[in-house]
Amino acid sequence: MRVNFTVNGRRQEADDVWEGESLLYVLRERLGLPGSKNACEQGECGSCTVRLDGVPVCSCLVAAGQVEGREVVTVEGLADFARQREQGSCASGACGTSLQDAQSWSAAPRDGVTDSQTGEGTELSPIQQAFIDAGAVQCGFCTPGLLVAADEMLERTPSPSDEDIREALSGNLCRCTGYEKILDAVRLAAARQERKEEAV
Amino acid sequence: MDFLRPASWEEALAAKAEHPTAVPIAGGTDVMVEINFDHRRPEYLLDLNRIGELTEWEVGGENVRLGASVPYTAIMENLRAELPGLALASHTVASPQIRNRGGVGGNLGTASPAGDAHPALLAAGAEVEAESVRGSRMIPIDEFYTGVKRNALAADELIRAVHIKKADGPQQYSKVGTRNAMVIAVCAFGLALHPETRTVRTGIGSAAPTPVRARAAEDFLNAALEEGGFWESGNIITPSVAKQFAQLASGACNPIDDVRGTAKYRRHAVGIMARRTLGWTWEQYRGTARTLEGAA
Amino acid sequence: MATTGTPTNLTQKTRGGIGESTLRPDGTLKVTGEFAYSSDMWHEDMLWGQILRSTVAHAEIVSIDTSEALAQAGVYAVLTYEDLPTEVKNYGLEIQDTPVLANGVVRHHGEPVALVAADHPETARRAAAKIRVEYRELPVVTDEASATAPDAPLLHPGRDDHHAGHVPHPNIVHRQPIVRGNADEAAGRADVIVSGEYVFGMQDQAFLGPESGLAVPAEDGGVDLYVATQWLHSDLRQIAPVLGLPEDKVRMTLSGVGGAFGGREDLSMQIHACLLALRTGKPVKIVYNRFESFFGHVHRHPAKLWYEHGATSDGKITHMKCRIVLDGGAYASASPAVVGNASSLSVGPYVIDDVDIEAIALYTNNPPCGAMRGFGAVQACFAYEAQMDKLAKALDMDPVEFRQLNAMEQGTLLPTGQAVDSPAPVAELLRRVKARPLPPERQWETTEGADVRALPGGLSNTTHGEGVVRGVGYAVGIKNVGFSEGFDDYSTAKVRMEVIAGEPVATVHTAMAEVGQGGVTVHAQIARTELGVSQVTISPADTQVGSAGSTSASRQTYVTGGAVRNSCELVREKVLEIGRRRFGSYHPAWATAELLLESGKVVTDGGEVLADLVDVLEGEAVEIEAEWRHRPTQAFDLRTGQGNGHVQYSFAAHRAVVEVDTELGLVKVIELSCAQDVGKALNPLSVIGQIQGGTTQGLGMAVMEEIIVDPKTAKVRNPSFTDYLIPTILDTPTIPVDVLELADDHAPYGLRGVGEAPTLSSTPAVLAAIRNATGLELNRTPVRPEHLTGT
Repeated sequence: MRVNFTVNGRRQEADDVWEGESLLYVLRERLGLPGSKNACEQGECGSCTVRLDGVPVCSCLVAAGQVEGREVVTVEGLADFARQREQGSCASGACGTSLQDAQSWSAAPRDGVTDSQTGEGTELSPIQQAFIDAGAVQCGFCTPGLLVAADEMLERTPSPSDEDIREALSGNLCRCTGYEKILDAVRLAAARQERKEEAV
Repeated sequence: MDFLRPASWEEALAAKAEHPTAVPIAGGTDVMVEINFDHRRPEYLLDLNRIGELTEWEVGGENVRLGASVPYTAIMENLRAELPGLALASHTVASPQIRNRGGVGGNLGTASPAGDAHPALLAAGAEVEAESVRGSRMIPIDEFYTGVKRNALAADELIRAVHIKKADGPQQYSKVGTRNAMVIAVCAFGLALHPETRTVRTGIGSAAPTPVRARAAEDFLNAALEEGGFWESGNIITPSVAKQFAQLASGACNPIDDVRGTAKYRRHAVGIMARRTLGWTWEQYRGTARTLEGAA
Repeated sequence: MATTGTPTNLTQKTRGGIGESTLRPDGTLKVTGEFAYSSDMWHEDMLWGQILRSTVAHAEIVSIDTSEALAQAGVYAVLTYEDLPTEVKNYGLEIQDTPVLANGVVRHHGEPVALVAADHPETARRAAAKIRVEYRELPVVTDEASATAPDAPLLHPGRDDHHAGHVPHPNIVHRQPIVRGNADEAAGRADVIVSGEYVFGMQDQAFLGPESGLAVPAEDGGVDLYVATQWLHSDLRQIAPVLGLPEDKVRMTLSGVGGAFGGREDLSMQIHACLLALRTGKPVKIVYNRFESFFGHVHRHPAKLWYEHGATSDGKITHMKCRIVLDGGAYASASPAVVGNASSLSVGPYVIDDVDIEAIALYTNNPPCGAMRGFGAVQACFAYEAQMDKLAKALDMDPVEFRQLNAMEQGTLLPTGQAVDSPAPVAELLRRVKARPLPPERQWETTEGADVRALPGGLSNTTHGEGVVRGVGYAVGIKNVGFSEGFDDYSTAKVRMEVIAGEPVATVHTAMAEVGQGGVTVHAQIARTELGVSQVTISPADTQVGSAGSTSASRQTYVTGGAVRNSCELVREKVLEIGRRRFGSYHPAWATAELLLESGKVVTDGGEVLADLVDVLEGEAVEIEAEWRHRPTQAFDLRTGQGNGHVQYSFAAHRAVVEVDTELGLVKVIELSCAQDVGKALNPLSVIGQIQGGTTQGLGMAVMEEIIVDPKTAKVRNPSFTDYLIPTILDTPTIPVDVLELADDHAPYGLRGVGEAPTLSSTPAVLAAIRNATGLELNRTPVRPEHLTGT
């Protein structure tokens, strides 16, 4: 079957989709967006978390056919998504990318100035930057799902308590870090966000 | 495999009538796991996501009519006052991501004894609104679960909504799992006080082939509360009554040993949860009573 | 069309040499979703590989019929044992006993039987389901009694491996006794003797990135293989002979690795993908799902451990006897080395002169077990730390003081007769965790009532404080660092220095598997420190450079880090040679002073700048590839266990604070503090991350993690993340970490391997805390609610 939907503000069409395929498979194998991860494919680890019409869900448990006409944000679009939210064009968290942004959007934004292959110079969302700065990334396989979940939590709860953070991220397994640095990262992103708002 | 995408409830009923083996998929939190792990290859998947009214609810005088696909997150956030037991149960469902997708209709359709919503529905009192092209009917929750992962739905029926009695008193819900979040119930217990009818109702999950009520425990407690004039006095329930209630709740279990827990543990834990949830609800009831007295 | 998802250079221009918390060079790629893991590999016309696995644990294969599967549209190949191209049909880390595909018999549940390549994963699955395998079931061997019974079926008849000659039964992979002093005689001096039998469940590494990769057939008849592994060259040595290719025609590149923890030391889909790719002439991708992953890698050995200790009334341990039985499952994997570790570290970090030790690993029909973080030392630590608490209790002593009284120090002899020749601050680590203030009681109480998230049961709302009792427990452990027992443990590093765009830059190329530990960060830090550059490129790990050994045994920073430093030093010498040649006549300091490279310049040890590196190098590039070894070790004597078997040790201590709902048997760990000596923290942020991660895996083993194998059928009952539970963020407490840096003068920069030690003592500390809360004996881990409630 054919499925049409919007990913990170861009219209996408997937053809010859087997009816049993998940949104996760379509993103990874058909649309060249492997950022959402395939750790358990049973909704137990959160590595494949994306936003579906603004709501964080496990993309492994969404049948591809169910996303027809809907809006998906993945980790690849998180920086753009956060930037637009900050610019006030997306208060609800469920909006897409403008046509102009969509046309210039790329899955692998590179800073043309340096020859860096590490993505330095890439514009990151505050939560992405905080994960790097706090040492919340080790193998990184859980990171995309955690970022999408944490970003959405900070959107709803800008000054979360530790227990709020733990609850919001309780659907995302990490095997490397013991979660301490992930908590640090979310606290850091929240604090930076607060400082920014105070400055404004 | 065919993917059916009805745009309306009527189309969905027609599709289900035409393809009775079609597997409804809404939140996908059960069905997709089975597909991903190659446990199931249904001939037809019947997508219910496009039917907006399934995610709506109406609060009436007596009942809440809860659309089958109202996500658990929405129940937690919006129906805590009307459906406190179900709201607590919803909060124990898997993870935030799953709670954003899954709804009570899925729990009922799968009818796993481990479904988190069942004990809360049994305790509150509910009816399942089932519909087919042949018409609509209300199935009392006590008659809905017919066996391990079997329910009273006919092959051409879909769950439109659940009509749940609005709380007229405190309700509680407890679930044992070996992890502090994202865990399938080893066993669960729901309890609702119904001061209007001066009755107590219960629900047990994961400790019998189907979700069940602890009827002997309810009968015992109803009689004890009545005889002791507890509903009027709001007096503390004595340990012997609570203990007897807990034992009878344990006795209502018919559990198995599996990788999640032993039968013996399940019986034991249901008893503990019965005693604790009774204590919590009764304290809430006494608090409410006292508040009312103070106000009067 | 080219393959997508191939790894790229990681170039980072930043400050930060060793000792600084520089950020990961792959961090940005990992947070944007661009970092390509092995499951992200993609090729336009690739096929999908699927493995058919045995549904029973022990059976003869009567017949395999692949005709129906082959006839299915979209299927390109179906392979069985009969299709293997050469006489080499087995592989294995030490003993080549593992069939690539089952040869007439299956020895464990989930053993690979046949392979399918098809144009879509679902096509491949459906085809695999159509392969007809007829099994004739055989009795299963599941424990020591059934494995060594007189009529026990032999798992590997006709063994000719190098352990076959000294084991008491062919179903025992390896046996290592260690005898020192006279334990029986010493027992006579004991005022108290305590003993116990301990059971350690089967733990899974549960890395999140599933086994996966892409094999691309090449025009020269070889194959390019992109996989997630812990040791490229070890894989290569096992893969090439089965394919019948010389090693230089199997070009391996490390893809992004989603965690490892020992579970990627053995091969998984590597050979299978190559066989399918070579057969079909098309690229083949294989990705396990979580269910298959539980069958696709070895687990941590479950163990039964019997211990006896004695002590005098003044608290000195007199002797120790122990017998450790590890279940290796159907194939050897790393079992022999795990036996070596379990036996040689079985006394723990204590001074005990009179010991009688025996450790064995069994062949059974249970799932194969091998490497996992802590490697044999974990099981022993669980048991000896329980014994320490028992002894302290029998003597009415404080458990920490008792341990400190018997703690090992620098110079202490291990039971193998080897002296510990670097700092061993065991007593100090214990002092530090004990000195930490305890977290406040009843933290769940809020003004609105109980916050269930802070209570046992968490969101499940099982208690509002009823039945909840606090407990505190301590444990300390010892882990060896690096490969032991005479293994030639070395690493290779290629370092290049040149001027690019007017700036001196360094490139580091090794075959080290970055599995998340942060080796790539550390290599860049070493290059900055040694070569005085700010821009460093880390090349993708592949087999175009020499072996870097395994990312295991806490060894990579030590050994490959050591190799990088060594190669940097050699590069520096060459650069200085060039400098002397070019500019030596300008200033006598070129000849007389100790010269360093700092901030892009050649400087004297007095800090005087002699020249810019840019001018020294001009158009020249300096490149060195060199191997580096740590001190050699010896094998343990097969009768007495004597020998200098280890290179280095790593010590960590934990204090666990738990709250237990004693009625429901649910546990909430409130705090799990750790003190560890790391010699030198090359990257403090990464060190703390390792300690917290290792601690959490130990926590999981204490209260929830276990692969459950049916003792009657030897089948795995919980191969999923629904029923194999690992800790969530709500199960994991704060983990305060206290890092000591007492240099080991034998190691590069004085560092000590970090990764494993925290996994050892975490589990027994939590168990001790639960015992403290409940008063129960608890001789088994993980603890289940049933054990705490007597149900």
